[in-house]
Amino acid sequence: MARVYDVELVAVTKRYGATVAVDNIALRIVKGSYCCLLGPSGCGKTTTLRMIAGHEAISDGDILIAGKNVSLLPPARRGTAMMFQNYALFPHLDCIDNVAFSLKMRGVAKAERRAQALEFLKLTHMDGYAARLPSQLSGGQQQRVALARALVTRPQVLLLDEPLSALDPFLRGRMREELKRLQTTLGITFIHVTHSQEEAMALADLAVVMDGGRIQQASAPRELFDRPRTPFIARFMGGHNVLPADLARSTPAGDDKAMIAVRTDRCRLAPADDVAVGGLPGQVVAIEYQGTRVQVTVRSPAGLEAMALLSDDHFYRDPLNPGDGARIAWSPDDVHPLASV
Amino acid sequence: MTDAPLHRPSTGRTITGQANPGAVVGAGQPGTGIARDPRRLPPGAGGRLGGNPVGPYLQVAPMALTFALFLVLPILAIVVVSFWDYDSVRVIPDFLGTNYSELLFSSVTWRIYLNTVKFAVLTWALTLGIGFTVAYFVAFQVRSATSQMVLFLVCTVPFWTSNVIRMISWIPFLGRNGLLNSVLLKLGVVHQPLEFLLFSDFAVVLALVHINTVFMVVPIFNSMARIDRALIEAARDAGANSFQILLNVVIPLCRSGIAIGSIFVVTLVMGDFITVRLMSGGQSASVGLMMANQISLLQYPAAAANAVVLLVIVLIMVTAMLRIVDIRKDL
Repeated sequence: MARVYDVELVAVTKRYGATVAVDNIALRIVKGSYCCLLGPSGCGKTTTLRMIAGHEAISDGDILIAGKNVSLLPPARRGTAMMFQNYALFPHLDCIDNVAFSLKMRGVAKAERRAQALEFLKLTHMDGYAARLPSQLSGGQQQRVALARALVTRPQVLLLDEPLSALDPFLRGRMREELKRLQTTLGITFIHVTHSQEEAMALADLAVVMDGGRIQQASAPRELFDRPRTPFIARFMGGHNVLPADLARSTPAGDDKAMIAVRTDRCRLAPADDVAVGGLPGQVVAIEYQGTRVQVTVRSPAGLEAMALLSDDHFYRDPLNPGDGARIAWSPDDVHPLASV
Repeated sequence: MTDAPLHRPSTGRTITGQANPGAVVGAGQPGTGIARDPRRLPPGAGGRLGGNPVGPYLQVAPMALTFALFLVLPILAIVVVSFWDYDSVRVIPDFLGTNYSELLFSSVTWRIYLNTVKFAVLTWALTLGIGFTVAYFVAFQVRSATSQMVLFLVCTVPFWTSNVIRMISWIPFLGRNGLLNSVLLKLGVVHQPLEFLLFSDFAVVLALVHINTVFMVVPIFNSMARIDRALIEAARDAGANSFQILLNVVIPLCRSGIAIGSIFVVTLVMGDFITVRLMSGGQSASVGLMMANQISLLQYPAAAANAVVLLVIVLIMVTAMLRIVDIRKDL
């Protein structure tokens, strides 16, 4: 039977003294897929990536790559290649020698390794800069060279540590498309660490949200956004109102810790005195114009806040001002119950 | 580098700047034009240093004067004196080439110069080996910054006392009846005291290495400390073993530190006379020692000629080193 998974983490744990950075995580990444490790800083996502790469020893558990246990192998023998956060290009080597570095380490002859390196520079559209030193390149160009350098080892799994965080928003969008294109053409697995849920949703086949060293939810981005498992995920993904379940009439009262999520774009505004529609009554505290949308925040007397994302023509037909009474309302079909933490 | 703004994190501004460069440049021009053009300034108004053509020269004057007074003038004096005549009691202003011809056509001189170069090369090779190892250990093997600092200070402990004391302290250790020989005799490793230990070229090089290694450690450590640790990881990720990392990443990135340390050590050893005199017991000679002897015999012009020749040789050596390594980019 053909191998299904490229990367499998089995009960992987990382301890630094008494602190547990990664706590007993299990994850399987399907062959040739784009996986994003997502979470706030300090959630263990980078440590996880570094353990897969072999730059961090595993305290407990095993890592399998292409069905082979690589937990004790050095980085270069795992079939992985890593692209570092600040690219880590060798400042004393020009682009082509940077890309050819791993081939040189393997003893490939000069002409041969330079030819191969040039091929990979072409792949990332950097062949015109082969003779430049990294310091003579812009951030985006350095990134392409770093990408070529990682790919030249022909890895089964490419590991990317916050690859887009050092770029400006315009370049970030372009590189994002390019990463996805490369992953599709090459058909290898990419594991991409990011703290931006927007990046993960745009790129990932499998998005893994981590917090406190544990995996909170691992699923396709659409499912992650549509059916967040916990209040943490709903808040982290954004675009959700996370509210006590009592507010939704569909849920019977009683469990006072139960929470629900309602997507802000499914919410609407209703008059404050229209008790029949339910929802969250209160005062408008913020109105944020976002171009095609307007985001209205309403705070209840009890201090709960909810937002509605309305289309601009809809909002400006009957505009509100901060301080006005209003009510955030939703239809029972849009209520998504969350697991208590 | 035209695309430098891309590095800046404040990206919003960068994009605006690129999209509309004309506006930015245009806005800047009138202001700078007025400030830079002295003709447009009303007389006596502001920018005395900036507008005055003498201003830049005034600004470099202190440095230039210091250099002239303490570097150019003494060297000129030495060059002038090197052409003078002398007898056993006085120097006579003159313009003679004899000081140089006596120097350059004597086999003694050549032997002493070669001997000095030999000391310099041996000391350089040994200090480089030891200094690089020490710097590598402190920079890469020691994890905590505190221990790094402590170990670094330990390297400078010998400097708390004078060179001469440090050299003399070798004598009871290396002497014929010294500590080392006694121990070796007691252990039966040797049956006669080793004679080469003290008052020999061995002793000279040992003392030179002892005194000068720290000048190699400091600049090399400085270069190593600036190597991004991610580069080492990137090399390991690319399959390099520790030796390959040393050869392909660490050493190339330490080139300027190695060059600076080498310049220190070579110039210090080439000019040394006290170490050679003390540790060789008068049995070996160096150019510095030759000059010291000439000065004690009041042969100042001969010593001056010697000094000029030594200066030229050292300058050639330093130039050669700077040709191999461009240290400017790392300073």
